[in-house]
Amino acid sequence: MNRTKHKQAELILAGGLIIDPASKLNKIGDIYIGEGKILKIETKKLIPKHKIKFSHEILNLYGKIITPGLIDMHTHLREPGREDEETIYTGSISAVTGGFTNICCMPNTQPPIDNQESVKFIYEKAKTARCKIYSIAAATKGLKGEELTEIADIVKAGAVAISDDGRPIYNSAIMRYALEYSKMYDIPVISHCEDLSLSADGVMNEGYISTLLGLRGIPGVAEEVMVAREIRLAEFTGARIHIAHVSTEGSVNLIREAKRKKLKITCETTPHHFSLTDEALKTFDTNAKVNPPLRTKRDVEALKKGLKDGTIDCIATDHAPHSIEEKDVEFDAAPFGLVGLETALGLVITELIEKNILPWTEAVAKLTVNPSRILKLNAGEIKIDMPADLTVIDPDIMWTVDPEEFKSKSKNSPFGGEKLKGKAYLTIVEGKIMHQL
Amino acid sequence: MKLKSKHLLGLEGLSKDEIEMILDTAESFKEILERPIKKVPTLRAVTVVNLFYEPSTRTRISFELAEKRLSADLVNFSTSTSSVKKGETLKDTVKNIEAMKIDMVIIRHQSAGTPQFLTRCLSSSIINAGDGAHEHPTQGLLDIFTLRRKYRKLEGLRVIIVGDIKHSRVARSNIWGLKSMGASVAVCGPNTLMPCEIEKMGVDVYSNLDNALEGADVVNVLRIQLERQKGGLLPSLREYSIEYGINVERLKRLNPNFTIMHPGPINRGIEITAEVADGPYSVILDQVTNGVAIRMAVLYLLSGGEGKVE
Amino acid sequence: MPRRKGVMIMDEKTMRRTLIRIAHEIIERNKGAENIGIIGIRTRGASLAERLTRIIQEIEKVEVPLGFMDITLYRDDIQTKLDQPIIQKTEVMFDVADKIIILVDDVLFTGRTIRAALDQIIDFGRPKSIQLAVLVDRGHRELPIRADYIGKNIPTALNDLVVVKLEEIDKEDSIYVEKEKKIK
Repeated sequence: MNRTKHKQAELILAGGLIIDPASKLNKIGDIYIGEGKILKIETKKLIPKHKIKFSHEILNLYGKIITPGLIDMHTHLREPGREDEETIYTGSISAVTGGFTNICCMPNTQPPIDNQESVKFIYEKAKTARCKIYSIAAATKGLKGEELTEIADIVKAGAVAISDDGRPIYNSAIMRYALEYSKMYDIPVISHCEDLSLSADGVMNEGYISTLLGLRGIPGVAEEVMVAREIRLAEFTGARIHIAHVSTEGSVNLIREAKRKKLKITCETTPHHFSLTDEALKTFDTNAKVNPPLRTKRDVEALKKGLKDGTIDCIATDHAPHSIEEKDVEFDAAPFGLVGLETALGLVITELIEKNILPWTEAVAKLTVNPSRILKLNAGEIKIDMPADLTVIDPDIMWTVDPEEFKSKSKNSPFGGEKLKGKAYLTIVEGKIMHQL
Repeated sequence: MKLKSKHLLGLEGLSKDEIEMILDTAESFKEILERPIKKVPTLRAVTVVNLFYEPSTRTRISFELAEKRLSADLVNFSTSTSSVKKGETLKDTVKNIEAMKIDMVIIRHQSAGTPQFLTRCLSSSIINAGDGAHEHPTQGLLDIFTLRRKYRKLEGLRVIIVGDIKHSRVARSNIWGLKSMGASVAVCGPNTLMPCEIEKMGVDVYSNLDNALEGADVVNVLRIQLERQKGGLLPSLREYSIEYGINVERLKRLNPNFTIMHPGPINRGIEITAEVADGPYSVILDQVTNGVAIRMAVLYLLSGGEGKVE
Repeated sequence: MPRRKGVMIMDEKTMRRTLIRIAHEIIERNKGAENIGIIGIRTRGASLAERLTRIIQEIEKVEVPLGFMDITLYRDDIQTKLDQPIIQKTEVMFDVADKIIILVDDVLFTGRTIRAALDQIIDFGRPKSIQLAVLVDRGHRELPIRADYIGKNIPTALNDLVVVKLEEIDKEDSIYVEKEKKIK
């Protein structure tokens, strides 16, 4: 029987350490792939090493780690509107280079993705992409926070969540209705938590560093009051809410408390929020200007604790491409955001796994099965008959970040020159190798 | 003799020796300003651009005079619109100006960090003439110069900076400079105008003015921006004036031989009474005079070539 | 640059005699000292100017105004030097207008220092004339400048070093010439 399966297999990943958090698999094995699906996962009768080299379709992955294809549930691809900064196509190349096989793009494009037609546009464009693209549609028309979008319609078109990301839904009643309405379709509302009156026209975290630099501060409480509101609304409506890019200790504590009460709250943080502090702004580097802002060491510690104890479910990039012209200006004038698809995995390995914050299985879960479950994607697991979306990681390679080498159209990264450990070695989407180191 | 950097972006990180070098040089220029011909040919071959993106009268005039007295060629570029509104980016503007062969740029901008940004765009020397709420190093230097002329040394001097510390670049430059020179510094203002964790800069923080003034030698009174009331940071200027205005009665709490400073322009009757501003202990006009000497010193010290030491 | 041991050109006694001679020459040429003012160029020219003033006052029994000048700000090489020279005090407390100014320096070499000093004096006012007194003229002029009173002409090579030591600063009165050592 093995023999017949072997024949069907178009690609065999041999000898890699398979880490699949969903099935708790953490063992060296061979994965057989055919017709874009996973045919077999063999961890007992492995193909002998000496045979591997005789066959083209058998890849020797000894020393590598095989995980479900990584999922980024928070990406900005800028299409339509700012194709000079990123397109769905270039974003997908950036994604597979970083090891991501599935990415979810946010609706704050120009015009925003706020109706069935625009969701269809995303999926149409996604056909030529190198990885799988999912649309997250706007919760309110024009992202204005005033009227709900046609949620039923956009769900039918394939949107996996709704969000006004980039802005909060400021009117609490509208947020309530968005939650109640989306509950009918069992999709989460992703909330960008920011009290705009508290963040005012701040450009960085409010703290000692903002005092030194004389830059206007965004206090942590601007995020936390909204997190608190969302938690109360989630409890009140019973709907699913996902808090995007958690950045403060206070937010982590509020969410931990909410989870203890078994509320349907999930959340994510980003690699830059657990890797950097506001000290990164000391040179007025606009590439480190991001919203929510980079916080303090204390917040970073709290995020790591939240990742460790499961309060924080996911790691998402908040990949936000901006052109050099937009970023190469005086600090106040620069837009918020940084590109993250190609540094995320290296930062997770370097900052979390290598520093013993998370074991491999936990870290991989936050990049695969956890976002998949929140968004109900057919992805994030290594299982027979699942799409063969797989990421092979070289966990030992040391490399230096050079934004000029990014596949993304934009180079706005504060990590230039940073030495990271670990990188995507192979990115396989539906059985096809879309990236090879 | 040379400053470590070819730019003057702020007083943060400037050593005591460097500050003293600038002050000593300014003493020589002060003498020149007393001559019948208040002009020397020193910077004859130097072209300076005064880039003022924010309205300014005294700082701009002070820099212009300093440049003229050193015989530099100067070009003024003033605009109150930011680059974003204007269409042309700041980088393009300055690159264009530099292409006309200039040597130094004096920059005043409403956005903190803009002088640092220019150092990455240009090869000229950059002098910060005030960037947002970040720093105003020449103001800090002239304040220290004025105090050193009066007290000879700053070690042990107690200086209180009163007012809108949060939005004040003058406060930050003064704190850095005064601390480097060995003075003890306190800040005083309402909580809404006090920046986060400022005590980490090594200053005492007061919200009660009378307590702050007790035993102080110098009071540096900051200008209160009339807009603060609109932003909700102050209930009223009337209340501010009662709680934080410097009047003759309050001067009794100060040490003998005290000094009153103000970086100007003054809102008489709000942060300081006319009587105090014009009192014999007020050095407000000396600050203005000394500003020219300090700016001449900075221009002179930063104008050196980049030739090799032989 | 390595140099041979210097050769003494002038000792204390000779220097004293030389200054007395220059003082007499100044008085003789200007028919007294009533209308003269003396300005020394910092650092060593200033000490020499002080000595000359003292000698002239003793001889003529009149008050001769004395000033000191730092010419740094009038140099023509400010933008090319790596380090900015320390500016010393310029103290010319008398009115130079219509006076005969005796400018004093220790060594006359390229003439550039004197050029800077002339410009500076003229910025103070319009003197009747300016005369130059130097202790040593070592040649190698780069500008059309000559001295009116010379202590000693010393022919030198361009890279030789003329070292003037004065009691006020160096605790001895002497002049040495250090020859350049040729490096193979």
